[in-house]
Amino acid sequence: MAAPSESIESEVGWSHFTHGADVGVCGRGATPEAAFAEAALALTAIVTDTEVLPKVRIEVACARPDLELLFVDWLDAVIYEMAVRRMVFGRFAVNIEGAALSGELWGEPVDVARHAPACEPKGATLTGLKVARDAGGMWTARCVVDV
Amino acid sequence: MDLARFERIDEVTWRIPPVDGMRVPVVIYADQELLADMDDKVGEQARNVARLPGIVQASYAMPDAHWGYGFPIGGVAAFDPDEGGVVSAGGVGFDISCGVRTMLTGLTVAEVMPLQKPLADALARAIPAGVGSRSGIVLDDAEMDAMLTGGARWAVSRGWGEERDLERIEEGGRAEGARPDVVSDQAKKRQRHEMGTLGSGNHYLEVQAVAEIFDEAAAAAYGLVPDEVVVAIHCGSRGLGHQIGSEFLKEMAGTPLGDGIEAPDRELASAQINSELGQRYLGAMRSGINCALANREILGHFARGVFDELFPGSDLSLLFDVSHNTCKVETHAIDGSPRELYVHRKGATRSFGPGHASLAGVLSAIGQPVLIGGSMGTASYVLAGEPTSEAKSFASACHGAGRAMSRHAAAKRWKGRQVVDALAAEGILIRSPSSRGVAEEAPGAYKQVDAVVQAAERAGLARRVARVRPLICVKG
Repeated sequence: MAAPSESIESEVGWSHFTHGADVGVCGRGATPEAAFAEAALALTAIVTDTEVLPKVRIEVACARPDLELLFVDWLDAVIYEMAVRRMVFGRFAVNIEGAALSGELWGEPVDVARHAPACEPKGATLTGLKVARDAGGMWTARCVVDV
Repeated sequence: MDLARFERIDEVTWRIPPVDGMRVPVVIYADQELLADMDDKVGEQARNVARLPGIVQASYAMPDAHWGYGFPIGGVAAFDPDEGGVVSAGGVGFDISCGVRTMLTGLTVAEVMPLQKPLADALARAIPAGVGSRSGIVLDDAEMDAMLTGGARWAVSRGWGEERDLERIEEGGRAEGARPDVVSDQAKKRQRHEMGTLGSGNHYLEVQAVAEIFDEAAAAAYGLVPDEVVVAIHCGSRGLGHQIGSEFLKEMAGTPLGDGIEAPDRELASAQINSELGQRYLGAMRSGINCALANREILGHFARGVFDELFPGSDLSLLFDVSHNTCKVETHAIDGSPRELYVHRKGATRSFGPGHASLAGVLSAIGQPVLIGGSMGTASYVLAGEPTSEAKSFASACHGAGRAMSRHAAAKRWKGRQVVDALAAEGILIRSPSSRGVAEEAPGAYKQVDAVVQAAERAGLARRVARVRPLICVKG
């Protein structure tokens, strides 16, 4: 995982942005897919600062006609897999075709001693939600996650 | 918060008149300092709520209000289905029926403190806390549906709780109208292994000492005695509630309100109460309420087991169990006439005054206990609902201190070990699997709860009965 930043959206990568009680996640990339994958790394960083080993690969799929709601759905899919599998993920790949997203997550079971998980994300919200391309052609995907 | 936008009604009541599509005014209860410290987003979100169809009387914010998603945390709003009123997933929140219960131990601080460390360790072992923790309770499909319908009553029937608890839980421990059939398989799967778990973030189990009494008659009626020990549990509906919230938030956001009505903000994610989607959400949300009531009942049972082991013969009785993330159907007097309304409380506590029909026994004489959570190092409060809260806020009050600092800023400012050591020096033992989690929840990251409850009291929402201080805190 690259080093985190806060509220800086000028570079490729992920960051957190401030929200009173919860946490904002932001991904930046050359494509929506890359931005979505970076934002998922920001999601993992809510849980742990520790390196996550890519021991297990999980596939997810979701579909929404609205790209912003698709982003929320993507984060929710990752949160769901974290919860039901008791895993954390450290690598993501995203493919979007029309309204459909397919994703791959690589991670490992939560090791409380090693990962020291800080808190569990409950769900992605529509607050601070933005999926957009800037004048330089870079994509941003961001929203607040309830924790 | 920019105060220029407000009309000051009295010392603790601030009003924004209805303009720009607002159907009702915004009313915020806070002293000037609390209001000035609130993020401007609180006012913006409260104004957006005031634009929702069918809203009645006002869009309220409590003294601990802060920026939420859709509704502000600390927001209260009531809707009339006969006027196109809505139900909002964002107005309830993801942690459906998150709440607090307080249990009386009858033990004194002097009796408990010699065993403070073994008690902290035993509670940390007995209370599953933190990411991925499990209690060992696994529900099959039939038990899941029974739990979602039965709430705390289900937990008691399975041996995780006591019958006498039920009259001290809102709605007798069970929300009517739950519909497990509209709860998704994903939500049920997420909950299958999570019954009897605390969760993480700001959820906790605290052993507390009664430090100060403000209303002797009410304290005596509630069973609160100076220097006696109580147990408080703060948590909610775990993964099931989170999944229901996530699913309906997106579905509501993607579904027009109908009748050509534009939602004022997509974050508010609402559906008309009388629509198919609104009714389906209510059935799922009430299932989430029952999940939370069952979960807190089970955790209370686990706490009883620990106390029974270390303090044989001890008897933990439930003072009250109250939720602060809900939408409930209640009858309120509007312009002198009773109306059935759907009251959203998002990070706000119901605070029925004396004589309310839902209160039994001594609670009817005193008013409903309003349980205000603290933040590991600071005080928590027990308040009593005031009769004036009915007209002021649909009988609602604050729910906690509210964050003063983001998690990121708190984790940068403190280390978990530093927080644990500093609190230990004050006689408070912390047990948590996550050092960073403790840092993010450092007491300094929260506002002064004393100012919040004083403002609630001055506003006539609820009066102070007792202040309690922490002795042990098990955090997720």
